[in-house]
Amino acid sequence: MASQEKCRIIDHQKVGPQHYKLVLASDYLSKHAQPGQFVQVKCSDTLDPLLRRPISLHQISPEHKTFALLYEVVGKGTNELTKLFVGENLDLFGPLGTGFQLDSQRNKHLLVGGGMGSAPLLALAERLTGQVSILLGAKTAANILAEADYNKLGHNVAVITDDGSKGKKGLVSDLLLERISQDSVVYACGPKSMLRAVAEICWQKKVDCQISMEERMACGIGACKGCAVKTKGGYKMACKDGPVFKGEDIIW
Amino acid sequence: MVDLSLELAGIKLKNPVMVASGTFGWGQEFADYLDLNKLGAIITKSITLKPREGNPPPRIVETPAGMLNTIGLQNEGLEHFLRNDLPFLSKFNTPTIVNIAGESVAEYVELAKRLSKEPMVKGIEVNISCPNVAHGGMAFGTEPEATKQVISAVRKETTQPLIVKLTPNVTDITVIAKAAVAAGADALSLINTLVGMSIDIETGQSRLGRLTGGLSGPAIKPIAVRMVYETARAVNVPVIGIGGIMTGNDAVEFLLAGAKAIQVGTANFVDVTASLTILKGIEDYVDRHPRSLNFS
Ligand SMILES: Cc1cc2nc3c(=O)[nH]c(=O)nc-3n(C[C@H](O)[C@H](O)[C@H](O)COP(=O)(O)OP(=O)(O)OC[C@H]3O[C@@H](n4cnc5c(N)ncnc54)[C@H](O)[C@@H]3O)c2cc1C
Ligand SMILES: Cc1cc2nc3c(=O)[nH]c(=O)nc-3n(C[C@H](O)[C@H](O)[C@H](O)COP(=O)(O)O)c2cc1C
Repeated sequence: MASQEKCRIIDHQKVGPQHYKLVLASDYLSKHAQPGQFVQVKCSDTLDPLLRRPISLHQISPEHKTFALLYEVVGKGTNELTKLFVGENLDLFGPLGTGFQLDSQRNKHLLVGGGMGSAPLLALAERLTGQVSILLGAKTAANILAEADYNKLGHNVAVITDDGSKGKKGLVSDLLLERISQDSVVYACGPKSMLRAVAEICWQKKVDCQISMEERMACGIGACKGCAVKTKGGYKMACKDGPVFKGEDIIW
Repeated sequence: MVDLSLELAGIKLKNPVMVASGTFGWGQEFADYLDLNKLGAIITKSITLKPREGNPPPRIVETPAGMLNTIGLQNEGLEHFLRNDLPFLSKFNTPTIVNIAGESVAEYVELAKRLSKEPMVKGIEVNISCPNVAHGGMAFGTEPEATKQVISAVRKETTQPLIVKLTPNVTDITVIAKAAVAAGADALSLINTLVGMSIDIETGQSRLGRLTGGLSGPAIKPIAVRMVYETARAVNVPVIGIGGIMTGNDAVEFLLAGAKAIQVGTANFVDVTASLTILKGIEDYVDRHPRSLNFS
């Protein structure tokens, strides 16, 4: 169950060209949130922006009673967030949605993040054991997010950029093709075109894959039927049935 | 505490705050976050005879102080509602009003007939104002003759309190309001969403999967208040005000314009407990202005 609460801001840093990391305090959220879940953030007290904005849990630290969000400024709501100071409160509703399924029987994990999609995978990487590889892709070197945090976990990290400014030049799905093997499990988050490429590769290789889908949302609890994702079982709601879906279930 | 109870179209309400169709799911989605017993009434999402899968995404987009939606009446159909959702709603001491939508007069009639047999249904809200479907929907709410036809057909089949939900997408809402009342409506609720459009200037395409959508939220409130004012003076049945109500003060505006009760819609998405905060705001107002609204 989600809770609506005002969380104190512990830290707020710029971490990329348009990217910020917020660290917040909450006993409840840090205890109950699972990797792949998200929170609905009230970005302002005014009527515009009106609706809450969905942001994924980036780090979940029950031992410190904190969690982190990593966001990119793309419009009104996320721009409002940049004005927040440490010590202020932020109104959040969460944790929401169905996150990643952690299967302890499997031990070869491939995490594939494109652009902002690298954000929610960190919370997952923190919980996974076994052989974990992180594949990060972005337009340029500056847009590679949280690489240091991934490195700290001691996992294998590979980077690729569209312009070759860091790592190889190419798409993160190219990296996936190089690394994938029959016994891997794939988890992916990023732009739709990337997710589709990932799902198709996994389909061909008969590898299980979980992908996190983004749709514009209103209520966040499955009531308004706004964030529809087309699946083999009909329209599903990204906020409740997802955001994490099985790659093979999505109709692109 | 002030007593805000009232009787509306024969339905006993603890207070004038209802939750609007399509913005509160089937109640269950919100039950973890607020006590449903405290609401005046729960209006269900529109129910259709057969299941409907809804419109292709994107289904929503935010606009200044509002949002456009084109959900397309996604629901599992009448039978599923009766089996799975009504029993849950029946557990609460709050009247359930079922909102119905049809593609034809016959479908509306069939829905009303079935719901009349359900003792736990305390009223029917007839949606003749959905802008997001190809057949039926708003067509019945923009032509007075069509309104009369569908409402009188439904009226014949049910003794349930009948609320007719009106669309603002007309030249003169009082014409439709009078037609609905002449055909037997016990109350009117207004407004449903205004047809709108938003274009992504980078792609040149609509931001919605379907060209247009229905505008809701604070942006439509002044239009809704005006229409409630006009309608309340044109008909002799109670009017329920809907449109952009975010606070108790917003609700009071509608009550002063002539509404007997109000419905909270988009605000439920911003704050799951919005309806109860709005109720508290009305109570505070009545405390401060004991004689300006007629509650007794
Ligand atoms: C489950 C989920 C998790 C997300 N996690 C993160 C995250 O961890 N970090 C992050 O920076 N962003 C995340 N997003 C995307 C984020 O919600 C949007 O970027 C944000 O809502 C934009 O709000 P805005 O007011 O700044 O921009 P707006 O002015 O509303 O829109 C600017 C642009 O962003 C697009 N957009 C708006 N809302 C969404 C949305 N819900 N999903 C996708 N695109 C949208 C619009 O189409 C437009 O092109 C997530 C989205 C979802 C659905
Ligand atoms: C996402 C969404 C779904 C809706 N679905 C329905 C519906 O199924 N039936 C109906 O009669 N009205 C529906 N409405 C209209 C609302 O009940 C209400 O009339 C309208 O949104 C105006 O009120 P508001 O500004 O408070 O939201 C819907 C509105 C929204 C935003």
